[in-house]
Amino acid sequence: MSQTIVPQKTYVLVFLGLIALTILTTGVAFIDLGPFNTVAALAIAFAKMLLVVLFFMGVKYSGGLVRIVLVAGFFWLALLIAFTMSDYRTRSWITPPAAWSSSAPPTHP
Amino acid sequence: MTDSEAHAQDAGLVHQFENLEQQQEADFLGIWVFLVTEIMFFGGLFASYAIYRWLYFAAFEAGSHILNAEIGAANTMVLLGSSLTMALSVRSAQTGNRRALVFFLIATMILGAIFLGVKAYEYDQKFVEHVVPSLDWAPEGEVLARLAPGGLGHAQLYFFFYFAMTGVHALHMIIGEGLLLWLVLRARKDAFTTHYFAPVEVVGLYWHFVDIVWIFLFPLLYLIGGRY
Repeated sequence: MSQTIVPQKTYVLVFLGLIALTILTTGVAFIDLGPFNTVAALAIAFAKMLLVVLFFMGVKYSGGLVRIVLVAGFFWLALLIAFTMSDYRTRSWITPPAAWSSSAPPTHP
Repeated sequence: MTDSEAHAQDAGLVHQFENLEQQQEADFLGIWVFLVTEIMFFGGLFASYAIYRWLYFAAFEAGSHILNAEIGAANTMVLLGSSLTMALSVRSAQTGNRRALVFFLIATMILGAIFLGVKAYEYDQKFVEHVVPSLDWAPEGEVLARLAPGGLGHAQLYFFFYFAMTGVHALHMIIGEGLLLWLVLRARKDAFTTHYFAPVEVVGLYWHFVDIVWIFLFPLLYLIGGRY
């Protein structure tokens, strides 16, 4: 937190790391890795986020309260995306009974 | 030390807090909770993006390839540079170096402005190519040939996401520029000391958060499905 004064060199090294990862993610996009293009793009973005959060935002030097708030935020984001995607991706697994469809003829007399 | 003595001694201490440490703790918890609400705000966009990208992948890939990945990568580096100068601003405030603080704050503002300028150029290019959904949607020639296989309607959906996500991000940057200007004016009036500089840190955290949003937007919007 505010008490820790991080050496300038650390910030510059983190910045150079971020630049290197940006070049890497752009370069990887021009190589055919199939579905792993997306995996690589997200993994590199996650690594960049960690660098910014830990060093620039100082979470590496801050207390437990900030970490709990941050982890809670990402946990809820993960819930949001995971449950939404699990709904959409499994809808085609089972076909609803024909009687549920509005176009089906009424079965009652 | 009595309450009023503590307040007389510490510039920047407001009356509802006992001392600067307590005030700073509240400031930090406040900005982090705000950033979590921002995660959820952008999270809604990212989640709906994930669904439609999965449903209409070919259209999203084609739309993504209309964007210029090199410009996007260069702009990402500009924004990362602004995060470096922002971190150095906070460090200058910690060490009580007012000249360096003002210098790095202005450097952050300039880099942020360059980013927004490039973004404006990119938006203009979308009007040139007529790929602005609703306002100017009439792709033709080579752009049309590239978008058509994935379905023009779904390609339009991709550009809706592009403008909504980068637009909300740019709005956050414009707000950040205003906050930075406010910090520069306060710093020039010597409002910050080595004990009291929480506003610099709080704005810094906001700025880094906006940077992180872009770190995800860049690969998700510019680099869909590879560019080979």
